[in-house]
Amino acid sequence: MSVTSTTATKTKTPGGGETSHKRGLPRGGRRREFTTRRGLQIAAFMAPAAVFVAVFTYYPMIAGGQMAFRNWKLTDLTDTSWVGLKNFRDVFADPAWGTVLGNSAIWVFGSIVPQLVIGFALALWLRRRFPFRGLYQALIFFPWAISGFLIGILFRWLFNSEFGVVNDLLQKAGLIDEPVAWLADPKTAMVAVLIANIWYGVTFFAIMILAALQSIPDELYEAAALDGAGKARTLFQITIPYIRTTLALTVLLRVIWIFNFPDLIFGMTGGGPNNETHIVTTWMIKITQQGDYGRASALGLLVVAALLVFAVFFLMATREKKGVRR
Amino acid sequence: MIGKESTVGRVVKFTFLGVWLLFTVFPLYWITVTSLKAPGDIFKFPLAYWPERFSLENYSGLFGTADFGTYLTNSLIVSTVAGATATAISMLSAYVLARFEFRTKSALLMAALVTQMIPSFIALGPLYLLMTDLRLVDNRLGLILVYIAVCIPFCTVMLRGFFENIPDALEEAAMIDGLSRFSALFRVLLPVMRPGIIAAFIFNFVNCWNELFLSVTLMNSDSNKTVPTALNGFISSFNIDWGSMSAAAVLTILPTMLLFAFASRHIVQGLTSGAVKG
Repeated sequence: MSVTSTTATKTKTPGGGETSHKRGLPRGGRRREFTTRRGLQIAAFMAPAAVFVAVFTYYPMIAGGQMAFRNWKLTDLTDTSWVGLKNFRDVFADPAWGTVLGNSAIWVFGSIVPQLVIGFALALWLRRRFPFRGLYQALIFFPWAISGFLIGILFRWLFNSEFGVVNDLLQKAGLIDEPVAWLADPKTAMVAVLIANIWYGVTFFAIMILAALQSIPDELYEAAALDGAGKARTLFQITIPYIRTTLALTVLLRVIWIFNFPDLIFGMTGGGPNNETHIVTTWMIKITQQGDYGRASALGLLVVAALLVFAVFFLMATREKKGVRR
Repeated sequence: MIGKESTVGRVVKFTFLGVWLLFTVFPLYWITVTSLKAPGDIFKFPLAYWPERFSLENYSGLFGTADFGTYLTNSLIVSTVAGATATAISMLSAYVLARFEFRTKSALLMAALVTQMIPSFIALGPLYLLMTDLRLVDNRLGLILVYIAVCIPFCTVMLRGFFENIPDALEEAAMIDGLSRFSALFRVLLPVMRPGIIAAFIFNFVNCWNELFLSVTLMNSDSNKTVPTALNGFISSFNIDWGSMSAAAVLTILPTMLLFAFASRHIVQGLTSGAVKG
């Protein structure tokens, strides 16, 4: 979240007492004299956080990671021998794997693209003051306070085939003649979970982009106006290039997060109907619940690998054309 | 500043903003209306967009037949203690990461980022075994400890951003006046940071309040369940009772929504001021 605020403060002063006033005691000339003391201070301040995260996050993660290479089933704990890559082969051999992968792609892109576009539009339009803008922002902020799981439940009720309000509204508008069993058909179920996720995720984009937009100096727009640039040209040649770093980082964070976000689908369809709306992480839940920890863990490692590869490529692709200062 | 708006442009803008507002608020409105209908009326045609007969029966059922008061209390205790402790701990780590340069710093930030990339299900099995060894399964303290660890990485990154927005001349002056670094942090920096700290706490609180999978794994007995765990029980049954479900949903959403309404300004402000200075 601090992505936008880190650029200003990186002036190192290697030794030399004169500059120490610039950036605080620990960095300037006194740095060398108190190395041990400084090291102890850093360690003492970091220790509580490090201990908690190491014990309750990293240890279970690593212990869980090695299960991927073992036969680890709750049904038979007497044999937890090492089995090499068998769990990974089982994952790929599963007939549902293709659907699960395809759904994950639909889930990520079908969520991120509308979230980005709508969030961008909201940010552009929220930049200029208007009456009750603060209230408006507070209201569209609300979905963020709700858990993905509960949002799944909310929309499960809205899309209910018999008593759902979505069918009622669509019938009133004359768009459908008969109630649609949204969550009983894989295609419409996927559309429904995407709508729920778009409802949820737009706010984050809007906030991040709005913050970035407000950092663009007015002079740039004035200059563009003097040059006779139209709205579209200003948008594509000034606004978007200027905030591209924020845009790229926000997209990166969101892709990672949405990929790793089983909660909504879990609450809304539970992966159904017929396992047709599972994404990789809800599939992992299902396999965990079946007691096959080894295979679930293999799935988890695949997710991590995929996200790491994605993050590296994405960062390379967005850094490449760096002609802009931010 | 951004050029003049044409009338057409303004109509398009406010139509869009209006439609989005409706789309955002309607699901929340609908679940509230559902929860306030008399139980039988939920399944009556035509669907009523405003309750014909207001009834709190769905709510009273939650506290009578289900033990929703206990779940709410559990969630409240766990989220408050874990959220506050995580904020305090993250304040120390965030301070160091914002104010010191040292070799392992980028590694530590990376370690924080990695925790967000790994699906939590990979850790559930070993975590359960660990908590069994510590005799902390089905125990609120156990859940609190785990939640603190869950909150710390993101909270640290967030607070670090707030620290970086404060000029360090502030605590330097205090330290020249003879305060130790620790007391400079508490007496000088924290009062300035109050909005950021409150926002961070609310973030943590809401995350703990909403957390489902860890709590389902670690809390078995009914008297220890948190609200999301109870809701999970509601949807696991074959026929969902939408009357009590909607009432439970409203009771779950309401506290976090109030907190966010209160804190949204601080959260947005924190981001915005960071962007302007960056």
